[in-house]
Amino acid sequence: MITFDRVSITYPDARRPVLDDVSFEIAEGDLCLVIGATGSGKSTLLGAINGLVPHFTGGRLAGRVLVDGRDTARFRPRDLAEVVGYVGQDPVRGFVTDVVSDEIAYGMEQLGIAPAAMRKRVEETLDLMGIADLRSRPLGELSGGQQQRVAIAAVLAARPEVLVLDEPTSALDPTAAQDVLSAITMLVHEVGLTVVLAEHRLERVMHAADTIAWVRPDGRVDLGRPADVLARSSITPPLAALAHELGWPQVPLSVREARRRVLAEDIRPPLLAEPAPTHTEPVLVASGVEVRYGDVDAVAGVDVQLRPGEVTTLLGRNGCGKSSLLWALQGALTHAGDVVVDGLDPARLPALRARRLVTLVPQTAADLLYAPSVGEECSAADAESGAEPGTTASLLHRLGIHVEPSRDPRDLSEGQRLALVLAIQLSARPPVLLLDEPTRGLDYAAKADLTRIVGELAASGVAVLISTHDVEFAAGVGTRTLLMADGELIAEGTTIDLLTSSIAYAPQLAKVFAPSPVLTASDIAGSVREPIAEVAP
Amino acid sequence: MVVPERTEALKTLHPLAWWCWAIGLGLAVNGTTNPLLLILVALAMVTVVVLRRSDAPWARSVRAYLVLAVFVIGMRVLFQVAIGARTGTTVLFSLPEVPLPAWAAGIRLGGPVTAEALASTAYDALRLAVMLLCIGAANALASPRQALRSVPAALYEASVAVVVALSVAPQLIESGQRIHRARRLRGDSGRGLRSLGRIALAVLADAIDRSMSLAAGMEARGFGRTRGLNVRGTLPLMIASVLTTTFGGFLMLSTDARWPAMGLMVAGVTGTAIGLRRAGARLAVTHYRPRPWTWRETAVAACGVLAMVVVLGVGGLDPDHLGAAAAAFFDPLALRPSTDPLDWPQLNGWMLSVVLLVLAPVPLTAVRRERVPDASRTDTAVRSPRPRTHPVGVAR
Repeated sequence: MITFDRVSITYPDARRPVLDDVSFEIAEGDLCLVIGATGSGKSTLLGAINGLVPHFTGGRLAGRVLVDGRDTARFRPRDLAEVVGYVGQDPVRGFVTDVVSDEIAYGMEQLGIAPAAMRKRVEETLDLMGIADLRSRPLGELSGGQQQRVAIAAVLAARPEVLVLDEPTSALDPTAAQDVLSAITMLVHEVGLTVVLAEHRLERVMHAADTIAWVRPDGRVDLGRPADVLARSSITPPLAALAHELGWPQVPLSVREARRRVLAEDIRPPLLAEPAPTHTEPVLVASGVEVRYGDVDAVAGVDVQLRPGEVTTLLGRNGCGKSSLLWALQGALTHAGDVVVDGLDPARLPALRARRLVTLVPQTAADLLYAPSVGEECSAADAESGAEPGTTASLLHRLGIHVEPSRDPRDLSEGQRLALVLAIQLSARPPVLLLDEPTRGLDYAAKADLTRIVGELAASGVAVLISTHDVEFAAGVGTRTLLMADGELIAEGTTIDLLTSSIAYAPQLAKVFAPSPVLTASDIAGSVREPIAEVAP
Repeated sequence: MVVPERTEALKTLHPLAWWCWAIGLGLAVNGTTNPLLLILVALAMVTVVVLRRSDAPWARSVRAYLVLAVFVIGMRVLFQVAIGARTGTTVLFSLPEVPLPAWAAGIRLGGPVTAEALASTAYDALRLAVMLLCIGAANALASPRQALRSVPAALYEASVAVVVALSVAPQLIESGQRIHRARRLRGDSGRGLRSLGRIALAVLADAIDRSMSLAAGMEARGFGRTRGLNVRGTLPLMIASVLTTTFGGFLMLSTDARWPAMGLMVAGVTGTAIGLRRAGARLAVTHYRPRPWTWRETAVAACGVLAMVVVLGVGGLDPDHLGAAAAAFFDPLALRPSTDPLDWPQLNGWMLSVVLLVLAPVPLTAVRRERVPDASRTDTAVRSPRPRTHPVGVAR
């Protein structure tokens, strides 16, 4: 269905090609998962399938890309609209109309499909994606998962044979992401579409993939069976990390497979030492925090205490008030209730002093960047924090990021940009650090870096609170966990108790080793193995 | 489930009908400064909007237009009090006058405020405010995007540009607010030109990103696939027609040759329509569920046009050439009540007809009051024993 024949793609002003001499074939009806580190060229690969690269983005394409026998060099993306359906990361950015059914019809209107046929197809597509009851709703009022399903329906209506999705779940919470991913697997199994999907959080989809295309850092593409490719790739979802840890040559693709193998090999994880409860005095004490938007109680009376040196994770679904709580704790959001840090309420202090007590890295970290270069950004931060010149720059180095001071912050990778904002915020030397959804758009390597950085900060006595959807990240980073729902704190405890006992928030390895308390692959180092049973394939 | 009838009204009426109605009223309002008539028209219009708007987000915009209208009146009156020209003799109160140097002759700061000057300004401001309200009403009753869907195919690219602007603008405001909020986290108080510049730069970068992804999405979905038909002579026809229309408009406004002007305008508009239709054949774009133009649409649009014709027609009458009875009934001067000397504005019998024309869409669009909405129509078989009592023409 899709053939890449010795394809190299070079962007203008780039020293080396993003994709270098790539040849592979994706068979009809396959679900092909595209993986790779951030900035490795996943999006370029996807864009090349419908010709957006290079027709729309510029750059030079050598070799041939054939989709359903059509050469993308001669067909523009618009001419391929009924062959390839393309869905981007953020559905809201791609919406042209303002009502669901109009949005689904838009593509067909462009193709000049007769109104009667169009009417029928809109209805069919609505049913296929299970969104018939949303038909006349304004797009802006839908939830993220619904919006993404509408976006998929909108390209499906043109009846493409290939569906290309560029990280369709990166802006969604786990439930919404599951919704979208199950809709996609349904399209592969029930409709017979060929789907090419880029996804950061492999653990959610790898069991459904027929092939995996790993875009390697050198620009080559390694395409093969998921278990094989994952075993050699540097991309390590939890189950791959488990396989590496236990020396399995093939990566189990689902929790069930891993669990069977663990039982067959009778692997017993070591007992985890309970983290010693910290008895230090809390540095931040918040009581009865409330945030209201109009009639909505975003945060309804939450009590939080943060202790120095402790990393706390805050879990909960989208819109349950996690962000509002963090903003209120920082004092940047009007709220009721008391927040006391060092005897002071950050909300009552001027912004410059508030950030020396509590600092927040917001969800879209790039909002804090405005200077044209990394160097200027660092010196501006030194001035704002009243720190020695060079403080922020050296912090950035300590975070393990070495970039030229002349680089434009907008050109950095997602992980580098997050580290830069973190360095800027830490230059104020605050005793409390709040991170709002920091793992969005980060690959496994960047997440591991972040985990290390947070660990070092905590060791130096900073109290850290991280809101996240990513249970795998939460499992590795923190020792205490708070669970929020509907603006209220519904559970609080050690990460290991809370996550292993939960169905919705259990990380994959906890499910593999249940009932033994295991959170991450590092927890099984030194586990007892009794090689009596034969290794099941 | 029973849906309130106002949702139905929007669904069944062509958006262009609402816009035609509102623009007709706007032109009618432009022809009068009678505050009583203006206030009645505004009240009638708000009534129609409140009864006939949908629950969609754009329907909430009428409040913003009301605020804008009040603001316009307030500003005009304030300026008149502070620096307006002095006319009339009825001094209401006096402000301390600031003496200005000789070169600023003709400009007055402070001083006596007369009832005549104030009334004249207020009347004029009221007219502008009600015209703004007309646009607001059209916006609330029909989403501008839906109205743009109905434009002739020849204007397709232009309408797409407007659609893109319409979708990026609110996102811009949102990202501006987000960035402004985030500035505090860095200790930036968010005030001052420097900080504004930073926000503007960040918002602009964001806007460009957003427009690029929207453009990529539209490209991938087949936007701009033209049929490539050769339509010769369309451009000259369009240019000639538009020029004719402009010349007709010029004659209409600046001379007394009303009938030739009218003729030229009609010819020009017809030519433009033909040109647009021919140019539209170039695109292969089709429309999903095009809204049918029924007698209701015609009637609602006609109400607006008729209101305009009545007001402008009466305004154009010469009282000297009318019989005594007709002059008393149609008194054209009542449309522009005198402010110097200040008279109490009169309300004539025929003005009531204008107000009725404004209100007419309410009965005209009163569709069946109870109906099962499309989305939950799975149970029609069970719940349709009720005999249909509404007119046949309602069916979509």
